[in-house]
Amino acid sequence: MSRPQECLKQLMSGDETSGLYVLMLLSFFPLYYWCFTEESTEDDFEISFVCHRPDDLDILQEETEFSKKELQFLYRAFKNECPSGVVTEDVFKLIYSQFFPQGDSSIYAHYLFEAFDTNRNGCLSFKEFVAGLSLILRGSIYDRLNWAFHFYDLDKDGFITREEMMKIMKSIYVLMGKYVYPSIHNDTPKEHVENFFQKMDRNRDGVITIEEFMESCQKDANIMRSMRLFDSVF
Amino acid sequence: MAAGVAAWLPFARAAAIGWMPVANLPMPVAPTNKNKHQDELIILNVSGRRFQTWRNTLDRYPDTLLGSSEKEFFFNEETREYFFDRDPDVFRSILNFYRTGKLHYPRYECISAYDEELAFFGIIPEIISDCCYEEYKDRKRENTERLMDDLEDNKDSKLPNMTFRETMWRAFENPHTSTMALVFYYVTGFFIAISVITNVVETVPCGSTPNQRDIPCGERYTEAFFCMDTACVMIFTVEYLMRLFAAPSRYRFMRSVMSIIDVVAILPYYIGLVMTNNEDVSGAFVTLRVFRVFRIFKFSRHSQGLRILGYTLKSCASELGFLLFSLTMAIIIFATVMFYAEKGSSSSKFTSIPASFWYTIVTMTTLGYGDMVPKTIAGKIFGSICSLSGVLVIALPVPVIVSNFSRIYHQNQRADKRRAQKVQKARLARMRISKSGSSTAFLHSKRNGLNQSLELTLPYYKMKLSPQGSLEEDQQMKKTTSLLESQHHHLLHCLEKTTNHEFVDERLYEQGYLQTALQNFPSRSPSLSSEEGITGTCCSRRTKKNMQPLSATHTHSHTHNLQELSALHIQCGEQQPLNTSRSSLNLMSDESGSLNCKSSGLVTTAIISIPTPPSNNSRASPDAPPPPNPDAPPLPNPGTDVVKISAL
Repeated sequence: MSRPQECLKQLMSGDETSGLYVLMLLSFFPLYYWCFTEESTEDDFEISFVCHRPDDLDILQEETEFSKKELQFLYRAFKNECPSGVVTEDVFKLIYSQFFPQGDSSIYAHYLFEAFDTNRNGCLSFKEFVAGLSLILRGSIYDRLNWAFHFYDLDKDGFITREEMMKIMKSIYVLMGKYVYPSIHNDTPKEHVENFFQKMDRNRDGVITIEEFMESCQKDANIMRSMRLFDSVF
Repeated sequence: MAAGVAAWLPFARAAAIGWMPVANLPMPVAPTNKNKHQDELIILNVSGRRFQTWRNTLDRYPDTLLGSSEKEFFFNEETREYFFDRDPDVFRSILNFYRTGKLHYPRYECISAYDEELAFFGIIPEIISDCCYEEYKDRKRENTERLMDDLEDNKDSKLPNMTFRETMWRAFENPHTSTMALVFYYVTGFFIAISVITNVVETVPCGSTPNQRDIPCGERYTEAFFCMDTACVMIFTVEYLMRLFAAPSRYRFMRSVMSIIDVVAILPYYIGLVMTNNEDVSGAFVTLRVFRVFRIFKFSRHSQGLRILGYTLKSCASELGFLLFSLTMAIIIFATVMFYAEKGSSSSKFTSIPASFWYTIVTMTTLGYGDMVPKTIAGKIFGSICSLSGVLVIALPVPVIVSNFSRIYHQNQRADKRRAQKVQKARLARMRISKSGSSTAFLHSKRNGLNQSLELTLPYYKMKLSPQGSLEEDQQMKKTTSLLESQHHHLLHCLEKTTNHEFVDERLYEQGYLQTALQNFPSRSPSLSSEEGITGTCCSRRTKKNMQPLSATHTHSHTHNLQELSALHIQCGEQQPLNTSRSSLNLMSDESGSLNCKSSGLVTTAIISIPTPPSNNSRASPDAPPPPNPDAPPLPNPGTDVVKISAL
C-alpha cells in the first residue's frame, strides 16, 4: 500500500479517532460563525433623525392668541426638551412627571397627550402644542370648558360616560401618590365620580353631553372662578 | 422640580384645566407675576469674556450663586453686566450646566482649580454627569492621596509629648526616625537573611563520612545549626513582642498580615521544642520546617517593592482569577481531547485524563519537558493547537497585571476600595436629597402656612406646629421662594383641592404623624370615610409598632359645624393604655389625657377648646346644622371633634 493509503487506514482505524475527526469538523462551524459574522451594530446606531420644523412664526401668531415673544419663549422651551421638533408620548410623560415627583403621572399625561394630539399621529408638534395652550390660556371660558369636555371624553364620541370619568378620576388621584392625608381609599375616586355625575347629568341618562356639561359648569361658581385662574398663568 | 423643564411650567399649569370641573373645592389663588418682564438677556462678564444668556436659564437652579440673588453682589452698574473675576474657561462648563442641566468635567482642567470654581459658584460636584464622573473621581482621589503623602512626609518631625510606646511604634514603622530604629532595622534584616541562609545551607550535602554517604550539613553540624536557629528565633520573638507592646491597637496589629507572618515564622521552632519527645509526630515536625521559609516574607517590611507586589496581586485578583479560570477550562478541554486522541496508540503515556493534564499544562505554558509526547497524528494536531492557544490565553491577562503594578508602584497607592464605596453611597444620598428637595419644598411651604387660600368664606386657620428639629427648615423658608417655585406649589395645591386630599411628608405618613389642619370640609362623604379609616389605621398602626420617642397625640378632627371654630384642649401626661376605645375619642376637657397618648415625657400640644361639648357615644345625627352626609358610615361619635396634632 502506498503511504497515503497507510496513513488513511491508520487514521480511520479506531472508532475514537473517527469520532474525533467528526467532532473536530463540527466544532469549527460555530467558531467560524462566531468569528466571521460581524454583528450589525450599525443598525442600532441609526437613530431616526426626524426633524420637524414648525410653521412660520407669523402664521402661528395669527392662529393662536400668543404674542411673538410668548411664542418664542414657548418654542425655546419646547425645542430644548425635544430637539427633533416633535414630542413623543414618552418624552411628554417624562416632562410631566417632573412636576409631580410624588405620584405617578403617566396615565394623566397619556390622556393629556391624546387631548393635545389633535391629528392623532402619535406625536405632538409645536403647532398642536401651541394651539392647545392657546385655547386654555388665552381662550374664553367657553373655549376652556369645551377643551375640558373634550379632554374628559376619551373616545371623542361627544358623551362622557361613567367609565371615562372613572378613568380620568383615577388618573388624577394617582397623581397624588401614596403619601397623602387622608389616605386614598379605593372608593374615593368612585364617590367623586358619583358626585360629579349627580351634579352634571341633568337628565340622568348616565352620560353627560356637552350641553349638560356647559350648563352645569356655568352654574357652578367655583368652577367658573377656577377657570378664570388660567388668565394669569402665562 | 427639574430645572430643565422649568420652562414647561406654564404648560403643566394649563394642563390643570382637567382638574377644575371635577374639583369640589375652590382653588387657591395663583401667585401673581409681579414683574411681568419677559425673558431678558443678561450679560456675564467673566474676566473679560462676555457670556450672554437668558435670565430664565440661570433661574433654573436657584440654590446656586448665579440662580439666586447672590449674583446681584457682582452687578456692575455702569456697564449693566455681572462681572466675575474668575477663570473663563471653567466658567464655560458651569454655564453649560445651566443650559443643558448636565455638568461636565473637562479633562484638561486641573482638579483643584475646578473644585474651587464649583465651590465659588455654589454647585456641588456630585451632580457631575455620569459621562465625566469617573474621570473626576479618579483625579480627585489621586490628588487627595498626593496631598496625604505630602502631609505624611511632613509629619516626621518629632512631636513633643509622645509616650515611650508611641515613640517605639513610630520607630518600628519608620526606621529613619532615629538611629536606634535604623540599627534595629538592619539587625533584624541581617538576622532574617541569616535564618534563610541557614535553612538553605542545612540541606546541602557537605563532606562525606567514611560511610560513603553524603549527608546534609544540617545533620553533620546539628548543634551549630541549632544554635543559629535558636538565636534567630530569639531575635524574632523579641521583635514580635516589642511590636506587640508598642502597637496602638493590639487587636488590629495581631490581625495584620505582617504579624501573622511573624508568628508563622517562629512557631515551628517552638512546636519543635515541644514535640521532640513524641516520635509519632516527628513526620509532622519535619513538615513544619517548611514553614520556616516564611521568614523570607519578613523581608517585605524592609522592601517597599515587595509590599507593592503583594498589593498588586491582591488588587489584580479578578484578572488572576480570570486567567486561572480560562486556563483551567482550556486544560480540561485539551486534556480530554489528547486523551482520546492518544488512546489508540500503544504504550501511550496518556493513561487517563488527569494524566493528560500534566501534558496540557506543560504544553500551554510552552515548557515542553518532553516526558509526554503525542504519537498519533490527531494527537500532534491537537497538541499544536494546544500550545498555540496556551500562548494566547496566558498572554492576555498579563499586560493588565503589569500595568496595574506599574500604576501602583508609581503612585504608591493604598488600597481603599471600601472608601470608594462609601463615597458612592454618599454621592447617591446627596443627589437624592437634592432631587427630593422639590417634593419636600412644597410640604415645607405648606407647613409654614405660606399658602393662603382664597376660599376663606369661613374662617379657618392652620396651626403652625413644626415637628422636632425643623428649625433649620423654618430658617430656610424665610428665604423667598422664587416665582417658579411658588407657581409649582400653586399647581400642587390645586391638585390637593381637586382631590380633597393633602400631600404629607413620607416620614410623617409612615409614622402616622399628621400635620395639623383644621379644615372645613363641605359635607363630603369621602372625607368622613377616609378619616374614619385614618383613625383606625392610625391606632392600629401604633399598637403594632413601638413608636419612637416623639410622642404624638392623635385625634382626628372633623368639624361638621361649619360655623364655628372648634378646638380641642389636650393635656397629655403619662402613658395611657393604647386600646383606646372609640368612646374615648369623645373628648371632654378633663378626660383628654386618656386619648391615644404616647408619652415619652413632655408633649406640648396645641390648645384647642371645644365650645360645644358633643354628646357621648351618640350615634344619632349630629346636632348642629348642616349635618354631614347622612349616607356616611356611622362615625363612632359624629358629634366629636377630633383633631390631629403633631407633637413638638
